[in-house]
Amino acid sequence: MIDWSPLLLTFELAAVTTIILLVISIPLSAWLANSKSRLKPVIETLVSMPLVLPPTVLGFYFLMAFSPNNAFGEWINEWLGIKLVFSFPGLVVASVLYSLPFMVHPIQCGLSGLPISIKEAAYVMGKSKLTTLFRVQLPNIKPALLTGIVLSFAHTVGEFGVVLMIGGNIPGKTKVASIAIYDEVEALNYGTANVYSMILFAITFCILLAVYLVNGKHLKKLGR
Amino acid sequence: MIVLNIDKKLLAADGEMNLGLNLTLEKGQLITLYGESGAGKTSTLRLLSGLMRPDHGKIIVNGKTWFDSDKKIYLPPQKRNIGFVFQDYALFPNMTVLENLEFALGKGQDKKNVSDLIEIIELGTLQHRKPETLSGGQKQRVALARALAERPDILLLDEPLAALDAKIRLKLQDYIQRTHREFGLTTILISHDIGEIIKLSDHVIFLEKGNIIRQGNPDELFINSNISGKFKFTGEILKIEQQEIVYIATVLIQNSVVKVIVQDSEVQDLHVGNKVVVATKAFNPILYKIEG
Repeated sequence: MIDWSPLLLTFELAAVTTIILLVISIPLSAWLANSKSRLKPVIETLVSMPLVLPPTVLGFYFLMAFSPNNAFGEWINEWLGIKLVFSFPGLVVASVLYSLPFMVHPIQCGLSGLPISIKEAAYVMGKSKLTTLFRVQLPNIKPALLTGIVLSFAHTVGEFGVVLMIGGNIPGKTKVASIAIYDEVEALNYGTANVYSMILFAITFCILLAVYLVNGKHLKKLGR
Repeated sequence: MIVLNIDKKLLAADGEMNLGLNLTLEKGQLITLYGESGAGKTSTLRLLSGLMRPDHGKIIVNGKTWFDSDKKIYLPPQKRNIGFVFQDYALFPNMTVLENLEFALGKGQDKKNVSDLIEIIELGTLQHRKPETLSGGQKQRVALARALAERPDILLLDEPLAALDAKIRLKLQDYIQRTHREFGLTTILISHDIGEIIKLSDHVIFLEKGNIIRQGNPDELFINSNISGKFKFTGEILKIEQQEIVYIATVLIQNSVVKVIVQDSEVQDLHVGNKVVVATKAFNPILYKIEG
């Protein structure tokens, strides 16, 4: 009988990560889309780093930072009572940073792509920046929001290196599907590895297809 | 009364340009900004609405200071009671016409404002449609109504009619004139069309490279001699032909073409493409009843 827990864990991790990312990325993207600050290029670089850095590098530094053997890791451990190394919360923190560009970039692009006059029209009507963001700007970049949500989710599902470094391989706690597949192959259980792989393949295909169908329809509507 | 005394460095096509404005505008007037593109017309509207911050100076509206560089006062656009019609209309694509108008209402303002405007600007049949399904003229009407929903004291219109064809233009001019009077607005409009300016405005300001070069009554500024004509139309010369001792100028006035006799002495100044006023003393007008 196949063990479903790695798959369930993968989707739980992806869902939690995506929700947290959405909450963080909206203010961050709005700031990046508007800011003329000198800090902006630095922040943009940091956000994009996970795109090019090998996941193991990220995982390695997380491991160092969160380890209870140093001051920061100890502080988190004592004050928040959360152990971030080899635990589910640690996976979530690492995944949020690792998938950050996949949420921030589409939302930032969407916001920058809206005509400035739309925002200004709302300001002249006396609407605050927050009201304008939530009632005018975000509702008009739904395709970008959907793209961000789906890419972050799919990217988290596909994580391997970061998860392996920070999470280890604890069944039911940090053993996600991608690691389980690796494990099964090492143990020469090709059949089980194939089942996990097929399920991941099918689900990610369906998710991405849905996005392209929905966004394609929306674009057609705009082009009319 | 609006007192503007401001400076702002702008980046124009040919390098930096200083926009220097020293203006006093009467309440309740319809004022037109006229000048070439890049003269600083749109920037003037943006400075007044708070979307752009002046470098120095003061803006005082009806006794209230909106901007004062010495006292470090800068009222954000949200706090200035202004209606702004953008050149690209800037309608919110996610909302219907009605929702666009209702969104513009201030806190606690009566929804009747919106229903009144829908009636005045005749948007009844369009109110449940999304902006993407509207024509240019319809969008412009919605933008005008939306700018007025908050009941502003000042209405700013950035080339509201430039992209529209002649027939719709005339209709919109009527809407602008009607709402200007009905709501007791001070209206500032950008326009390139001399006919439109003469028809609509009380006061014209000529801008050139960031400076006010002339201002005053449009009749005085555009029509040099004083004509006490009873009927006056503005049009464009299409053709000038010599016929024996007189010349005949063909003039396009709105949608109709008329021929006017021009004296030898006058013809020197007139060229094809010139904007002209056709005036008549109308001693003996003829009336025709229009059937229906």
